[in-house]
Order: sequence, then C-alpha cells, then structure tokens
Amino acid sequence: MMLRSFGLFLLAVAVVAAGGAPVLAPHGGDESFRTLLNAPPTMPQLRDETGRWHAAFIYRWTRVNQLEQRYEQDRSVRVPLLWFSGGRIVQSADEARAPLLLLGADSYGRDVFSRLLFGARVSLGLAVVAALGALLLGASIGGLAGYTGGPADDFLMRASDFVLVLPAMYVALALRAVLPLVLAPRSVFLILAGIFAIVGAPFFARGVRAIVRSERRQDYAVAATSLGASHARVLTRHLLPAARGFMVVQITMLVPAFIIAEATLSYVGLGFPDPTASWGTMLHDASNVRVFADFPWLLSPAAAMFLVVLALNLVLERVEMKVRLKPDTTYR
Amino acid sequence: MLNYISRRVIFALFLVFAVSSASLVLARLAGGDYVTESLGIEAHRETVEQARARYGLDKSIGAQYRDWLGRVMRLDLGRSLLYDRPVRDLVPERAANTAILAITALLFATVIGLPLGVVAGSRRGPGGIIPAAIRGVSLVLLSMPPLLTSLFLIFIAARTGWMPIAGMRSPGEPATGFTVDLLRHLIVPAGALALPLAAMFERLQAQAMAETIGAPFVLATLARGVPRSRVVWRDALKASLRPIAAVYGLVFGTLLSGSFVVEVITAWPGLGRLMLDALRARDVFLVAGCAGAGSVFLAVGTLLSDAALAIVDPRAAES
Repeated sequence: MMLRSFGLFLLAVAVVAAGGAPVLAPHGGDESFRTLLNAPPTMPQLRDETGRWHAAFIYRWTRVNQLEQRYEQDRSVRVPLLWFSGGRIVQSADEARAPLLLLGADSYGRDVFSRLLFGARVSLGLAVVAALGALLLGASIGGLAGYTGGPADDFLMRASDFVLVLPAMYVALALRAVLPLVLAPRSVFLILAGIFAIVGAPFFARGVRAIVRSERRQDYAVAATSLGASHARVLTRHLLPAARGFMVVQITMLVPAFIIAEATLSYVGLGFPDPTASWGTMLHDASNVRVFADFPWLLSPAAAMFLVVLALNLVLERVEMKVRLKPDTTYR
Repeated sequence: MLNYISRRVIFALFLVFAVSSASLVLARLAGGDYVTESLGIEAHRETVEQARARYGLDKSIGAQYRDWLGRVMRLDLGRSLLYDRPVRDLVPERAANTAILAITALLFATVIGLPLGVVAGSRRGPGGIIPAAIRGVSLVLLSMPPLLTSLFLIFIAARTGWMPIAGMRSPGEPATGFTVDLLRHLIVPAGALALPLAAMFERLQAQAMAETIGAPFVLATLARGVPRSRVVWRDALKASLRPIAAVYGLVFGTLLSGSFVVEVITAWPGLGRLMLDALRARDVFLVAGCAGAGSVFLAVGTLLSDAALAIVDPRAAES
C-alpha cells in the first residue's frame, strides 16, 4: 500500500513537471550558454566560504580548460537566486554570466534540468497518446472479432498474433525507416504515435476479444439484445465496459514500453530531430564514453525514465491484484 | 503431438517468408534508395541512373521482388550494396554474434531468476527479509529495460574499469572462438539483457510457486514426512514450471528487441546494428536478409519453447 502511494506520488511529480515546464524550468529548452559547454551542476548553497548563512545563492563556474571542458567554482562572488520573476519560479540573478544549472549543461551548453522538464512533455505525452491510440485500435479490433466470431474473428486474431510474435522494436524500426529520416518534430510525434499504436494494438485486441466472447453470452448482454439494442450499442455500451479493468492494466504496461521505445528510436537517430528536447534526444547527446566518466549529469534522462517506469510498475502491482479477482480478465 | 509440431513448423516457415518479403517491399517503398543516400542529392543525373541500373534499382517493385524470390529459392540472398559483399556471407556472421549475446543472456537470466523465484515464492505467510529483498530488487530491475541497464552497466564499467565498455573482442586477440577476452566483453551487454529478464523470471516463478505451495499434493507430501527442501525443489518446482515455459516463447522476441538496443549502445557487432545500418542506407537486400535471419532466430526460439511447454505440460499440445 505504501509502495503504491509512492508510485502515485512519483507519477504526480512527473505530471506536474511536464505540465508546469514553462514555469518550473529556469531556462527555455533550446537556450544555450556558449561558454558553459558540459558545465557541472550549480548547487544552490546556503553558507559561504567563511561559514556565514545567506539566502540561497550559487557560485558561478569559470572555465579553467577549454579543450577538456573543466570548470572551477568562482567562490569570490555570490550570485543570489531570484524567485518568482520573469514568469519563472526561480532563476539566477545574473542569468547571462552565471545561469542556474541544477543538473549541469549539455554539450551545446543547454540547461539539462530545463530540457528534462520540456522533454517530459514530449516523451510522456507521446507515450500516453500512443497508448490511447493502441487502446482505440485494439479495442475496435478485439471487440469486432469477439462479437462477430467466424472467419473475421479468425483473420483478425491470426493477424494480431503474428504482430505479437515479432520483436516490437524491429517492427517500429522498419515502419519508421520507411518514412523520410528527417522530419519536423510535429510530424515525428504523430508518426511515432501511429507506429506505437499499431504495434501495441494486438495486446488490447487479444484480451478484449476474450472478454467480449465470454461476456456476450451473459444474461445482461442477451437481455440488452432482446430489448432491441443494436449490435453497436450492445458492444460499446454493455460489452466493452466489462473489459475496463483489463484495459487499465494494459495501458499501465504499454506507457513505459512506449517511453523506452521513443528513447531508443531517438537514441539511434530515427526519432525526434536533435534540437527538440525529449528524453531520447537527450540520451543521444550523452552517447559518448566521456559522459560516463566526466559528465554523468547528462544521464539524468535515464534516471527520469527509470523513476517513471518504476512508478507505473508500483501502481500496476496493486491494480493487477485487484483484477485477478475476476477470473475472465486474467488473460495474458 | 506430431500434428501439433508440424503445424508449428509450417507457421515458422511462413513467419520467415512473410517477414523477409515484407521488409524487402517496405524498404523499397521508402522514400529515396541506396543510390540517393550514398551519392547525395548533388550527384549528376546520369551517374544516378547508371548506379541504379547497376544495382537493379531501376526495376519496378514487383519485378524486383520476383527476381529476389527466384534467387532466394537458390539460396542467393543478393549482394549488400553498403558492404559490397554477398548478404549470405555477411548476415550469418552477425547473426551468430547476436545469438551468442542472446543465449548467454537467457542462460544468465534463467540461472539467476528461477532459483530466486523459488526461494521468494516458497515461503508461507508473510515471509522474511530474504523474500522481501528479492522482491524489491526484482521490482527495481523490472523498471530498467535493456536501454537503462546497459547505460547503468557501462557507467559502472567506465568508473571502475573492471570490464570492457564496448565491442566484442580486443584488438590483438584471436578473432574467433570462445576466449576469456570474449567472455569479459560479454559481461556488460549480456548482463544488460539478462537483468530485467531475470527479474521477470523471478516474479513469474515466485507467483507460480506461491500458488503451487498451497496445493493439496504438497501438503500431503509434507505430511508423509518428506523433507521440506526436497518437496520445494523437486515436486513443487516441477509443478510450477508452466508459466515460465509458456513465457519462453515470447521471450525470444523480447530478447531480439532488447539486443538491438544493447548492440547499438555497447557496439556489439550483431544483427541489430547491421539492420540499423542497412535501413539507414536503404540497402534493400541486406534489410531483407537481416529480417529473414531475425525471423529464423525467432521461429527456432518459438519452436523450442513450444516443445518445452509441451514437455512440461502435455495439455498445451492439444489445444
């Protein structure tokens, strides 16, 4: 129970971070500081060198080696933080020379923390939209197959079994590679959502079909039919709601898979174009051996992904137990 | 039983055929072809036409597909435009590397996950610290797909220097055979693939075990005075293997998907990287060859796991 609350808390944080990005982020997602390439995080401090207390401030970085991109804290000047100014919650008082970099800067000198927040919108938004698309497509296929039965049922289920057997990553890769490699972010979003929906739909289709098939013979469905309800009404108003629990579990399982899939495709250069902040493109920036040894803060999107997936898994454990009480929904 | 196996074999053959055909056609349908990708957009029109004619890209999709089918029947998979080598030589080499990676990972995952699942699932009541710890670790690892585990393991390798970060063999080492060097290079990629899988096996086995341990036959065996460890590790284990055996078939697809990510991140020269390069360069025959090899791997895996399931639970073969 406690674990589940923790999962819900993490999810809430992620949603707030994504929703409030323009206010919460100290900088824009594509704002870059040319003199601070790969600069380390500027930790907010409360005590100065001599041990005196101050309102939160940061020290600025001075570059000691341009080639190796090594920086040293300049402890002579305290840069105070500005709260609630310029439409953002917190910023540094000297944005041009000493920006607030909570998670450091990337290889273009962009603020990793701000990009993480803006990236959450793209990555999480895409995953949720794609999961809903898969639900729509899969529930239609499964509902139709389960309701009509016969050859249509056979064909639809064979087809979705076939897609299920294939490695999802390769299907997504092959479909993505058919389209031009470089596209505008908006088109990439729609294309990836479409591809993920196609790959994810069979997961819904199989379960929904099984539930619709078994529910169709229940008294309430027969009663609705004999009262003169149309096929479409029986299916959408009476039978599909029976699969609600199953659908929730599937969405919770597909969203993390889609987050990772976006990251993978962007990592290999088939996802979003580079300037767009998404967790995948940020990892793409981090695909360099030096990152692991010298600039580990560039890996923060990986940590963010882990936390979101963990949160969904924690929530799911509870949901799974609830659903297992109904025997016909334990369809794998 | 024979009927069941033959039906599965026919499905496997169909899978290989459909996947490689579909990928050839898909790769041809893509905007741009190998010539435009390799010569660039500023190439002279005549040069482009000549190159197209040389590679056979000037024919229609239908004609090209017919040619390809005809040659595939004679086991000639065409020539890779990107590497200028026959696809038949190039693909098996890389597919073998992927197989080494995937099979090592599957072995790791089973050897680690299965016993831990038995331990975590065989306690009655609330259990103790050990099952809770196993469960916690599994939950964390389940939230780390291969993309994240490989980054994590590379991070450890880069910080400690205990094992190589990337690649398959060090320069100067023998290029074939199982060497210590190869095993050292396997740690990061195979570990990255195996950890989430081990967690999944552990959870499945723990659930199956917990259900089995409450069964009347277990109680009866215990009542007869058979030692508890023997009941758990012999009788209950045998009866609870079904879920894992059932999931083995789906795991091969997961392994292939996962190995793609791991190969790209850790520079493992496998099928996934080859396929990515081929897709990017619009090298149609190589794409079809890779997809074919991947589906052979998948089909063999599915067949083996179907057989395993039929052995563990003969009822599965009847449906």
